Parts: sequence; C-alpha cells; structure tokens
Amino acid sequence: MLIKVCGLRAAYGAVEVLHGIDIEADRGEVLSIIGANGAGKTTLLKTIAGVVRATSGEIIYEEKKITNERSDRIVRTGIALVPEGRRVFPDLTVRDNLRLGAYTLRNRRLKKDLLDLVLETFPKLRERLWQHAGTLSGGEQQMLAVGRAIMANPRLLLLDEPSMGLSPLMTQEIFSLVRKINSEKAISMILVEQNAHMALEFSHRTYVLENGAIVMSGESSKVKSDPAVLAAYFGG
Amino acid sequence: MELLSYILEQAINGLQIGAVYALIALGYTMVYGVLRLINFAHGDIFMFGSFTAYFLISKWHLPIYLVFPITVFATALLGYAVEKIAYKPLRSAPRISLLITAVGVSLFLEYFLSLKGLFGPDYIAFPRPFDVRVFDLKLFSVTNIQLIIFSVTAVSLLLLYLLVYKTRQGRAMRAVSHDPEVAALMGINIDGIISFTFIVGTGLAGIGGILYAFAYPQINVFMGIMPGIKSFIAAVLGGIGLIHGAVVGGIIIGVLEVFVSAFLSSTFRDGVIFIVLLLVLLLRPNGLFGRRIEKL
Ligand SMILES: Nc1ncnc2c1ncn2[C@@H]1O[C@H](COP(=O)(O)OP(=O)(O)O)[C@@H](O)[C@H]1O
Ligand SMILES: [Mg+2]
Repeated sequence: MLIKVCGLRAAYGAVEVLHGIDIEADRGEVLSIIGANGAGKTTLLKTIAGVVRATSGEIIYEEKKITNERSDRIVRTGIALVPEGRRVFPDLTVRDNLRLGAYTLRNRRLKKDLLDLVLETFPKLRERLWQHAGTLSGGEQQMLAVGRAIMANPRLLLLDEPSMGLSPLMTQEIFSLVRKINSEKAISMILVEQNAHMALEFSHRTYVLENGAIVMSGESSKVKSDPAVLAAYFGG
Repeated sequence: MELLSYILEQAINGLQIGAVYALIALGYTMVYGVLRLINFAHGDIFMFGSFTAYFLISKWHLPIYLVFPITVFATALLGYAVEKIAYKPLRSAPRISLLITAVGVSLFLEYFLSLKGLFGPDYIAFPRPFDVRVFDLKLFSVTNIQLIIFSVTAVSLLLLYLLVYKTRQGRAMRAVSHDPEVAALMGINIDGIISFTFIVGTGLAGIGGILYAFAYPQINVFMGIMPGIKSFIAAVLGGIGLIHGAVVGGIIIGVLEVFVSAFLSSTFRDGVIFIVLLLVLLLRPNGLFGRRIEKL
C-alpha cells in the first residue's frame, strides 16, 4: 500500500467539507476521484498535500503518518501536487519554474535526469525554457505545472483537474503524456476530475465523491458502466 | 553653463540621498513581497545602523572596512529578532494586527533606545572616519562621500541582484512573494524565507544608515522616521513588492527632493514627497512598474 486515507475530515472554519473519506492507492496505481463542482475534490488533495488541515482521520503514506504535516515537508516524503488552475509562477521563466519544482533535491545528476524526462515528455517546454511562464498557452502551462511536480521526483503525483479550461484535444494530449510517465516511471497518481469520461479512461480505479463523502468506488471499467454513474455523469 | 553645472550638481546631490532611499526602500518592498506587511519599524532599523556605525567608529575606533560588515550584521540581527518576536506569532492573525504591531515595534525602538544610557534623545555628531574631499570635474564637482555612497550602493545592488535572480534562495524568495501556498508545495520553508528576507532587507537598511550618517553627520534616535517614510513612498512609487521599483523609486524621490529644495524652497521639500504619494495612490496605485493590484 502506497497511501491510505482513513476517516479523513476537513473543514473551512465551522463548515465541514470532507465527512470521513477512506481511499487507498497501491504503488504504480492510477486512481481517479470524480465528482461535481464543490464536492470536495480539491480539498481532499489539499489535505493530503498539507495545505488544508485535517480535523480528524489519518493519512498514512509509505507506512508513515503524514496527517497535518507542513506541505513543504510532505513534498520531501515524495508527494507532489499539481494544483487546480495550474498556478505556475507567471513572472518566472519556464526553466526557473522547473528548478523550483526540484527545490528539495540536492543531487545534480538526479535533477538533470528529471529535467530531461520532463523535456522529453513535453517537448513544447524545451522551446519555451527562457520564456516567462505567464506567456504560455493554457495547455503549455498545464504541462509546466505537471513538469514542475515531476521535478520533485515524486512517488505519488496528485493532479487537480488538469483538463480545466483546455480543449478536448489538448486534454487528450496531456493525459496520454501523463499516462506515459506513470507507466514508464511507476509514479502513482491520484487524479481529480469533473471530466468523468477522461478520468475513467485514464485510471485503474475510481472513487465517486459527492458532498464530501465517497459514494462509490471500484475498477474504472466497472464504474464506467454503473447505471447511477451513467445517469449522473453522462446524462444517460 | 552656470545653470547647467548647478543642475548637474543638484542631480548628484539627489542621487546621493536617492541611493540611500533606494537601499531602505528595498527592505520595505522585499518584506512586503513575502509577508504582505509594511514593516513600519524599518526606518528605525536604519537608525540603528547609523548608531551602530557611530559606536564602532567613535568608541571602538574600528576601520571603515570593519564598520560595514559589523553594522550590517547588527541591523540584520535586529531585523531577524523583530520578525521572530513580534511578527511571527501573528502569522495567522488578521492583517490589521500585524500592521498595528509594526507601528508598536517602531515606537518601542524609538522610545526605548532614546533612554539615557542607550542612544539618548539628543542629536549626536557622527565622526566621519575620513576627511571630506571635493573633486572638481570642470562641469561639476563630486565629494569622496558621494563616491563612497555611489560605489557601496552599486555593489550592494549588484550583490542583491545576484542573490535574488541567480541563486536557489533567491528563486525561493520570488516564489514566496508570488504565491506562498504553491511555494510551500515546492518544498520551500516559508518561515525560513521570511526570516531570510528580513535579514537581507534590514542588512541593506544598515548600509543605508552608515551612508546616510556619512552624508548628514548628525544622528538622533528619531532620525529614521522621515527617511523611512520617504523610502516607503519610494517603494510605493516604484510598485510595492518590486525590487527594481524600489531602486528607481528611491532615486526619483531623492532627486525630486533635492530639486524642490534647490529650485523652489526647502520648505516644500517634504510636502512634495507626500503629494507624490497621493498622486501615485490616485493615478497609479500599483506604482510605475506594478501590474497586478495587490490588496494590503
Ligand atoms: N478556501 C475556502 N474557504 C471556504 N470554503 C471553501 C474554500 N475552498 C472550498 N470551499 C468550499 O468547500 C467545498 C468543497 O470545495 P472544493 O474542495 O474546492 O470542491 P471541488 O474541488 O470538488 O470543486 C465547496 O462547498 C466550497 O465552496
Ligand atoms: Mg476543485
């Protein structure tokens, strides 16, 4: 087991948003979490990454409890978050964004290998290395956000709605590249999406999140053909 | 010819004070960048720099090349301590508490240090560790004080530039000032960067304190107030949070102040600077180089 989340609760002020979430992922696995806007998907990833505090419950990663660790420490354990809306540093060059991704690493050799991996996976970034990230297109910024997270050499990658605001074609491209990283580098992933179709295609297993609670889970191929999911997410 | 050399001479005088304002303004702007706080105590740390240099020179008779590093160390230590003791406990408090605390720290430093036995409330003559010399360059003249101020400022700015734009620590500072939440996700320890920024900013104020006392060798525990306010205005003029903005803003304010004294009247000197603040806030609240609107 790579990560195990048990009974996780989180709140903004007095308003509880996650009401006891249980999920788990194996090494190498790609998990997706689908759910409507406001279901709590972003909050779940942020709580795992240490940005939002858990009010109760546990997050166990590689047999260690990481619940409510500071986010700069969690990255060092090998979990990287690609935040919703990309949030690249617009006034910094693409290169500096990528170097910030590797901020925790000291080994030059490893950093170079990771940079090569990112630039091979996303060749568009290589052409734009010296450009400010703010000048990139939405799709390129998403590639940069993923690349920046890969630079941290994670064993678990958390992806928050990478398809947001992108054309279907661009979404396809990014998903297939990310999938390649998963299979070649055995980086496990938790993908959060409103785009249920993409997420179900992309992942091994899927959880359905509704109003801060998991209402269904299983093999993505099974979830895809579940009548309730079909009704809720595919209008049929 | 007469007029031209008079203008040039005043411009040099303006650059002299403008360089000091730039050094102080950098501290305001960098701290604002990482903490979204106007550190009202910054002018007092500048004053502390002048006094440290005074003690090192008049009581310890240290040579000038030791006065600079020791003073920088002293102001940086004070800046670090102020942040740790006064600001850090308020990290998750409302912003207004932080601002009020900053005003409190400023008043505390001024009135505590004005006690007899510490810096005292009186003006003290600052002994320059060198004789003033004037170099006549046909069209205008410069003093060795001005040459020292220009060269020390230039070296400081160069080192700051290298730190901020060419090092890992500098990248982390820029990341924190853009988006602290994402910076932390990169593995950056935000509190560490905030401390580091205070150290750098108040170290620069220490350099400013020495240079200012070289140029205006009368020091007093309240001497940081006006240069502090003007440098803050310089930082706002250039766009708060922007390093190059602070430098350009400082120089503009310095030159403007000297020109107003020279061509209008020194009575208007300070007033004009406040008019600049009002105009900037009304017409260009993000400053000359600012793009985004940042809420205080
Ligand atoms: N910073 C915040 N402060 C207060 N409420 C928030 C905040 N962020 C999200 N929420 C609320 O928490 C709920 C879950 O939000 P979120 O996790 O962003 O959902 P999702 O990512 O599934 O769209 C929503 O009702 C949202 O309004
Ligand atoms: Mg979301």
